[in-house]
Amino acid sequence: MTAVLKAQGLGRRYRRRWALSDCTLDIPAGQVVGLVGPNGAGKTTLLHLAVGLLQPTAGTIEVLGDRPAASPAQLARVGFVAQDAPTYSGLTVADHLRLGAHLNPGWDAATASDRIERLGLDPRQRAGKLSGGQRAQLALTLALAKKPELLLLDEPVASLDPLARREFLQGLMEAVVDQGLSVVLSSHLVADLERVCDYLIVLVASRVQIAGEVEHLRATHHLLTGPRRDPARLPEDQHVISASHTDRQTTLTVRTEAPIHDPAWVVSPVGLEDLVLAYMSRTAADARRPELEVQR
Amino acid sequence: MIWLTWRQFRAQTVAAAGLLALLAIAFAVTGPQLAHLYDTTVATCHAQHDCQNAINAFQSRDSFLQSLVRLLMLAAPALIGIFWGAPLIAHELEAGTQRLAWVQSVTRFRWLAVKLGLAGLASMAAAGLLSLMVTWWSGPFDRIGAGRMDPSIFSERGIVPVGYAAFAFALGVTAGLLIRRTVPAMAATLAVFAAVVSGFAGKVRFHLIPPLHLTSPLNMSWVTQTGIGGPAGPNSLLVNITPNVPGAWIGSSSVTTAAGSTSLGPPPSGCGENSTYRACTAAIGRLHLRQVLVYQPGSRFWALQWYETAIYLALALALAGFCVWWVRRRVS
Amino acid sequence: MIEFHLDAHSGVAPYLQLIHQVRQALRLDLLSEGDQLPTVKDVVGRLAINPNTVLKAYRELEYEGLVAARPGLGTFVTRTLGDGSPATIAPLRRELQRWLAKARRTGLDDESIEALMLTTFRSATEGEENIA
Repeated sequence: MTAVLKAQGLGRRYRRRWALSDCTLDIPAGQVVGLVGPNGAGKTTLLHLAVGLLQPTAGTIEVLGDRPAASPAQLARVGFVAQDAPTYSGLTVADHLRLGAHLNPGWDAATASDRIERLGLDPRQRAGKLSGGQRAQLALTLALAKKPELLLLDEPVASLDPLARREFLQGLMEAVVDQGLSVVLSSHLVADLERVCDYLIVLVASRVQIAGEVEHLRATHHLLTGPRRDPARLPEDQHVISASHTDRQTTLTVRTEAPIHDPAWVVSPVGLEDLVLAYMSRTAADARRPELEVQR
Repeated sequence: MIWLTWRQFRAQTVAAAGLLALLAIAFAVTGPQLAHLYDTTVATCHAQHDCQNAINAFQSRDSFLQSLVRLLMLAAPALIGIFWGAPLIAHELEAGTQRLAWVQSVTRFRWLAVKLGLAGLASMAAAGLLSLMVTWWSGPFDRIGAGRMDPSIFSERGIVPVGYAAFAFALGVTAGLLIRRTVPAMAATLAVFAAVVSGFAGKVRFHLIPPLHLTSPLNMSWVTQTGIGGPAGPNSLLVNITPNVPGAWIGSSSVTTAAGSTSLGPPPSGCGENSTYRACTAAIGRLHLRQVLVYQPGSRFWALQWYETAIYLALALALAGFCVWWVRRRVS
Repeated sequence: MIEFHLDAHSGVAPYLQLIHQVRQALRLDLLSEGDQLPTVKDVVGRLAINPNTVLKAYRELEYEGLVAARPGLGTFVTRTLGDGSPATIAPLRRELQRWLAKARRTGLDDESIEALMLTTFRSATEGEENIA
């Protein structure tokens, strides 16, 4: 399978601070990829690098086999909805569709107007007067109607109420079925990503902590509870992600490819949310040592 | 991209067109009457020996419109820079809509080039139309005194306003690009524009073509002040003149002796403490002094206009080129 | 046509939940041979889940021989779970309804009834296994 996004040692610095450092990714096509991490972790920076809104300070990035924004043809293959779904507040919904038609050779006017109608948006309404959910849907329509191969969404549902959130994801999944899209969406709400993603990237403190297919992550991460023990004494192939101790008991989240034979441990599966939280709660020192990227 | 530029500029374009139309109507109503009045009173005033009255009466006609025109021509290019140029990029960056515009299937180069080209041409056309109307309507007024060679009038006639508008527009876009906020960019545009334009008009314009020097016998009707003292020394004769060469722009004038020295020597005997003004003037006349004028003749009006416009257009083009380069390399 | 639902917090993988619901529908005669399963687009449009999840569930069901995908048309049921024809199920259901009514008349609440049924079922199953 070809990769939709390939990054090698990618980094971006603002004055003194590195917003993204040493990012190496190989995201396969045909998947819905979740990019999760706390605020300020570098999710927006990574997405902006992928669409050419930012230039890398270090390393390289390739999207659909080409440099981001290298040409109008490359721009046409990638759809993007930035955080808070920016729209021209003075332009109407219909004006936005005209904008899309004039600026995108691959524009599918039928898809666009069908979607607007199904969503119940008034074409003559100014975008500034729309609700947050409606603006997000308009922005998604603009990105989908240019018929991209890859869709990138920056926290698309963060400011939406639960109903708008559900409707947005429903529409997005239908479009994935219709157009055979690959999607990368970022969020700090793991619960939403859990439903729709089959590939996960965890970004904390400007670094990739773990990346891989959700099923593989579920299969290789375990919760171990047992008598109090020093995590450093675990076997080499068991990587401790997070540890907590009481005076008698130790609870560990570990990543390992091999089965766990030690009978002292009670082994339980780790839910996706707990997995992400374990990576997010690592100390700063540990966070700078990223786990190897998990590939399939 | 052309459609989008038009759509985003629609309101400003319509407002400008409306303003120009209103002005055209006002001019059409008053213009012919002014020309007629000039032809019948001021043009023939020499024969009736009451030129000053005729001129005063004429210049007080349509005074509101005159003031409005002066204000408009003074402000128009700056306003174009502030309201058309400064928001062009700054507004997008402030609202974050560049994150929508720059991920459509157009390169940043094309996005900016079309916007700059269309809005820049519109600015120049608006300024050109305005200047055309004003130059036509002000024709009679400009035939009085130094007329259109007068530095403040020169900036408001002919094709120079087109150059100003292009420069102000490009300056506004650059300010908006670098400052990234609309209101501060507007302020910066106004400040820089005013400084450049006044500096140029004051220091550079007069020397665009080497001025003419004319040395001739002192014209006594031009003498406005006589006295003792001044830069040549406390005991030296001082004679100041206010030259009146119709249609010309006098850069400087001085009074010299027949040998060419500005030090006129001691005052003649007819200019003592108790002498009359007429006696002193007559005594000065017998000194055979000369006057030296450094000036630009009225015939050079269009040459100076073209040079100045070309310079401002070149500045505008350079700024536009910088903007295109900067937007592609640096902005995010 | 049946409608799927998803329990996001049950700890059971979504695709397994879908498979389970199809099997249950087959057992309860909500689905019969020749019925069409909801399209992938319909399912993701309702549940907002990854299409690959639905595809995986349908593939698994096809592997078990319960459904078959007809390109361009959809996914259709090919056989029921032969636990019982409607003729055998209906009288059992009626008997169960009578028992439930009886249990309610004795004053048991819903939780107690459910616990009674489950423990009896489990011990009976274990008993059968011990015998077998």
